[in-house]
Amino acid sequence: MNQSLKTGKSSYWKANLRLVSILLAIWFLVAIGGGILYVDQLNAFRIGKVGLGFWIAQQGSIFTFVILVLVYALLMDRIDKNHGADK
Amino acid sequence: MSVDLISIDLLAVADPASYWTFGFVILTFALYLYIGWRSRVKDSKGFYVAGQGVPAIANGAATAADWMSAASFISMAGLISFAGSDGSVYLMGWTGGYVLLALLLAPYLRKFGHYTVPDFIGARYYSETARIVAAICAIFVSITYVAGQMKGVGVVFSRFLEVPLYGGVIIGMFIVGFFAVVGGMKGITWTQVVQYFVLILAFLIPAFAISSMLTDSAIPQVGFACSDVPAKLDAVLMELGHNSYTEPFGKFSKLNVFCITAALMFGTAGLPHVIVRFYTVKDVRAARYSAVWAILFIAILYTTAPAMGMFARYNLIQSLHNATIDRVVEEATENSPAILQLKSPNDSSMDWALRWQKTGMLKINDVNGDGVLSLVAGSGPGGKDSEVIIDRDIIVLSTPEVAGLPPWVIALVAAGGLAAALSTAAGLLLVISSSLAHDLYIRFVMPDATESEKLLVGRIAIVFGILVAGYFGIFPPGFVGEVVAFAFGLAAASFFPAIFLGIFSKRTNRAGAVSGMIVGLLFTFTYIVLCTSDKILGDETPMLAPENYLLAGMFGLKEGINPQGIGTVGMVLNFIVTLTVSCFTSPPPADVIELVDSVRQPDNCGEPKKH
Repeated sequence: MNQSLKTGKSSYWKANLRLVSILLAIWFLVAIGGGILYVDQLNAFRIGKVGLGFWIAQQGSIFTFVILVLVYALLMDRIDKNHGADK
Repeated sequence: MSVDLISIDLLAVADPASYWTFGFVILTFALYLYIGWRSRVKDSKGFYVAGQGVPAIANGAATAADWMSAASFISMAGLISFAGSDGSVYLMGWTGGYVLLALLLAPYLRKFGHYTVPDFIGARYYSETARIVAAICAIFVSITYVAGQMKGVGVVFSRFLEVPLYGGVIIGMFIVGFFAVVGGMKGITWTQVVQYFVLILAFLIPAFAISSMLTDSAIPQVGFACSDVPAKLDAVLMELGHNSYTEPFGKFSKLNVFCITAALMFGTAGLPHVIVRFYTVKDVRAARYSAVWAILFIAILYTTAPAMGMFARYNLIQSLHNATIDRVVEEATENSPAILQLKSPNDSSMDWALRWQKTGMLKINDVNGDGVLSLVAGSGPGGKDSEVIIDRDIIVLSTPEVAGLPPWVIALVAAGGLAAALSTAAGLLLVISSSLAHDLYIRFVMPDATESEKLLVGRIAIVFGILVAGYFGIFPPGFVGEVVAFAFGLAAASFFPAIFLGIFSKRTNRAGAVSGMIVGLLFTFTYIVLCTSDKILGDETPMLAPENYLLAGMFGLKEGINPQGIGTVGMVLNFIVTLTVSCFTSPPPADVIELVDSVRQPDNCGEPKKH
């Protein structure tokens, strides 16, 4: 394996890991934090006519999941392109 | 009451929806058979991974249908309906796992490029033993799961077409068998695409109708958050002495909500029939986009279900509480309570209650004999439940009737339930077939099989899977329901760490992964058996009573970890054991390190461009 290919691969993997870690941190914060651990505190706030914690647990978290998977696919396209791996 | 009168009474409530249901069921089944025939395959690549040529959006729809089973369609809204806020464990657990699957497993497994999960485990851990263990786990998880689907098919048939349960199961077996055997993964994929649209329409139409009936908005997600229903439901539930609907931790403690959600999430990500769907697309990029489509398609149902559950609970209380008993249609027998014609306090038709009483899923027991039904907590026999006992599985199927929607909507819901059950059954059967035929038989018994022999063995394995599933569908052992719920915990404790570390840690070796899987699986399995031995082994009381559950009484916790959530602990143990054992044993060989490198990056990956 030549040197430039090797550094290319390791920087690709690093970029991938960074993106996945950020997205999973949001995943944890919203689902586990907002939907479970701090649901009581969040229920003090309202969205529409229900408590915010309850809404996140039954609706908001699922919307967030869709967005996370979409952002992952879009940003991975950019990482691919940046490393010339989109062909 | 004379015998003649009874039969006239029963005729009078003959279901107007049954003609519509016959029509819809025949139409959709004919469509599935036609698609199966159109996509028949000639080689084993087509049979196991649909020739790896499925477009991302189609694979997304197929994954969604594969994933959303009879449980998602029929049972989940009902579970939430009775669990209230804590129903979020199912919602977040099953959808949140998809994020893990999409970000941590699917793209890399697609890059690996072989047919099955045991293929990956076997190659990554350079061990035929690991491959065999993975194949057996996949078969075990899939068979318990598929039996539940067949039972779902049977319930829909027996309620809506008044075909006996076994007849329904046999028809279902024949239909799945046909397109799976002829079309393999290709046939299954394209029928699942159609089944997704059948099931989502069938779920949305009644949800829209009931939302516009109870709230100002036809969109259930809007009605859920912006109407008076949650407040009114909370008020009436409190008045009747039940837990509030929107307050958390009424059904499970916070610790259990956390553990159950996590077990379902990591279990979802480790389920072989869902992972294998990502092998069917063209490349890694298509795998990422098909995950986007899949979670979008799933989210449509999963954000509608909690609204549906809430509206249905409210509606049921409104029609059943203080309903009066009009007359006795069928006297009580030893085994079943009397079947009663009711009169609702809000004057809506109660024929639906009569029909569901006949299936035994709605039981009415006027304990105090005052002729008025009470839903007050503790008013039922022996001071438990209430005078009306509702099987949670009827929530989705009965909502259109309770809401007085036209018969064709009711029929569509029946067809949707069947689509959900059949699509998942087909995906599971393919995993059973590929594990038996591809991972075990071909590899160890006839390694030099020709292409047509491989295909034949795969088809025979599917037929075998169908017969086993059908048997369990007709004669369900009491514990199927239990086992299905625990399949996730077992998958979380065994598959997830092995696949995840296989990709993200080069240091993880054979000894680590194998011992981790064994510890995780055995721990989880033993705990579940101990906690449910009354149901599984027929003991009088479970060997491990709730007050002795793990962590109960420690750290000021009142409740310990219940068996549904124990998979999370099993998974943590698996991680610890795998990493520790790997540390103290020799690292994996060079060709395995190369394999890990190759699944992590594209082949033609250059240095990053300067900005």
